[in-house]
Amino acid sequence: MEKMPRWADIILIPLISLLLAAFLSALVILAIGESPLNALDLMIKGALMRSAGWGYTLYYATNFIFTGLAVAVAFHARLFNIGGEGQAMLGGLGVALVCLYIPWPHWSLALVGASVGGAVFGALWAFLPGWLQARRGSHIVITTIMFNFMAAALLNYVLVNLLRPKGSMDPATAKFPEATHLPTFHDMFSTTETVLFRGSPANVTFFVALLACVAVWLLIWRTRLGYEIRSFGQSETAARYAGIAPGRIIVVAMLISGALAGMMSVNTSMGEAERLVLNSVEGAGFIGIAVALMGRNHPFGIVLAALLFGFLYQGGAELAFWTSIPRELIIVIQALVILFTGALDNMVRIPLERLFVALRREGS
Amino acid sequence: MKHAATFRALLLGTALCAGQAHADAALIFDLGGKFDKSFNEAAHNGAQRWKEETGGDYLEIELQSEAQREQALRRFAEAGANPVITMGFAMSTPIKEVAPDYPDTTFVTIDGWVEAPNVRVIGFTEHEGSYLVGMMAAMASKSNTVGFIGGMDIPLIRRFACGYAQGVKAVNPDATVISNMTGVTPTAWNDPVKGSELTKAQISQGADVVYAAAGGTGVGVLQTAADENILSIGVDSNQNHLHSGQVLTSMMKRVDVAVYDALKSGETLEGGYQLLDLAAEGVGYAMDEHNADLVSADMQAQVDAAKASIISGEISVHDYMSDDSCPALTF
Repeated sequence: MEKMPRWADIILIPLISLLLAAFLSALVILAIGESPLNALDLMIKGALMRSAGWGYTLYYATNFIFTGLAVAVAFHARLFNIGGEGQAMLGGLGVALVCLYIPWPHWSLALVGASVGGAVFGALWAFLPGWLQARRGSHIVITTIMFNFMAAALLNYVLVNLLRPKGSMDPATAKFPEATHLPTFHDMFSTTETVLFRGSPANVTFFVALLACVAVWLLIWRTRLGYEIRSFGQSETAARYAGIAPGRIIVVAMLISGALAGMMSVNTSMGEAERLVLNSVEGAGFIGIAVALMGRNHPFGIVLAALLFGFLYQGGAELAFWTSIPRELIIVIQALVILFTGALDNMVRIPLERLFVALRREGS
Repeated sequence: MKHAATFRALLLGTALCAGQAHADAALIFDLGGKFDKSFNEAAHNGAQRWKEETGGDYLEIELQSEAQREQALRRFAEAGANPVITMGFAMSTPIKEVAPDYPDTTFVTIDGWVEAPNVRVIGFTEHEGSYLVGMMAAMASKSNTVGFIGGMDIPLIRRFACGYAQGVKAVNPDATVISNMTGVTPTAWNDPVKGSELTKAQISQGADVVYAAAGGTGVGVLQTAADENILSIGVDSNQNHLHSGQVLTSMMKRVDVAVYDALKSGETLEGGYQLLDLAAEGVGYAMDEHNADLVSADMQAQVDAAKASIISGEISVHDYMSDDSCPALTF
């Protein structure tokens, strides 16, 4: 069967899915007696029309880029890593240890150190599930989700019993030293005449995330390892026939995936909170799955999808601030977007494909 | 009514976008959400009471993420809300960051700790209240074994458990206190099924009174205790009515009163530390028609005597959070 053009696959399908989700969300908002137009207006004004709003949108997007890339890399090897949550949590521990116990002279060095710390801890947390899959055939979905719970328990133990400053109630580490504080967009782009990004958490990590996108693109499409990962993902038997060791690919793909998820914590722990709190990840690991699905596992698509979800998060917060729309409903709206762009993809794709085929026949 | 609310929300929305709105006050609920039947809901009730009595209005938000903490504080302060009341210890650090930028706004933290001129810190002596209900548990127990079920394993909840165990031992030094925490993540505040399982496990170990300090999880504890015909003790709000005649008492933490008073003071509210202890009626135990048959006059007299001794300083209840240890209970 003939396929539809590439632009339709990449742009048109997500757009139609998005419109459908928006339409259903509007109905839901209408049903509880609020105005959907007002809600949309609030979301856009709050997330995109103020520089501080952008600061939050980009902050969330940074998280989603990292976790989205993590899911995508594993998915190219047909591994469904749903343990981004736990890997990011452990990554946070790595970031915290690096920031707290190494006297950094300057933030730029600290950023490199913390990125490595987060990546190593995240990768280590992904190593065991990968190894179990490679050696024992234990399904990666089961093991990674179990590792999420173990990560939560481990982090809680470490924070409550080891890293919590004396007399503090919060299960969180002490504030990171001044020298490790990353410059925020406010520090970077604000001048005395024009105050930009005031009080918003977007920081230099956003650019690290963009660099990570380029690195992942190079890795997957321009290196030998990336080729091996993709061939293994397309067909394990063919890869084996070509002399690619499946066990090695599984473990390496999971290590890279875990490292990317772990680096997310540079943004939340070092960039925003400047300390490690218990639930610093708050679901970004799972949102990463939706981001990767929507972005078709391509770094560029992932950036766009991450921006969309960043907008939904920040816009959702604005709705919660100024309307009486309960936060559960905001989650419903976000879920509708995930449902339409991810799970119900074929609902849009199949009729659209037929349409394109029909159009082509007519043309020829 | 519904249309009026919509209209108001619309007005509020457009006005705020224009940046000239004025709201009286703001209330920030913690991640548990405002209908947790416990801590946050108590704040909601206090605020609603103020709204009904005075006709005032307040902005509110149920937080969804960590990054929203600071954002909510700034947005509400910029919208002119005063005071900005926050729930939960996790707001301490964000308030510390934000408060100096808005010197004319008074921030209130319930359960948190911030030192700044425009921050009012409201704390409760949960260990004292728990001590009193621990005494009642020991007196009501026939098996000399009582249970404690906490929510998330954090120092604050250990403070509840430690006070409770001390109260139990004060009445009966040989009594056994079984302590379990529901979990280590915030979901432990809202897991009634796990609460129910833990209750059954404690019953099988001989407990015949269980004290739940676990937010929404406590609903499952109280339910199972009632089903299995043992006594339970509620927390934060008065939960005696949930299973009339089967809830021994509730450890009251008057978050509702604290919120109500803060809203009532309005813009005149000043910074500083306010400790709501037994003497200030900030904590205590609940008596009403639902548990009148369970608590004998003798029991009540003993508990009231202990209460007076704590207030006068004759009895000092050890606070777990003062040194992270508990003489009466090991975790």
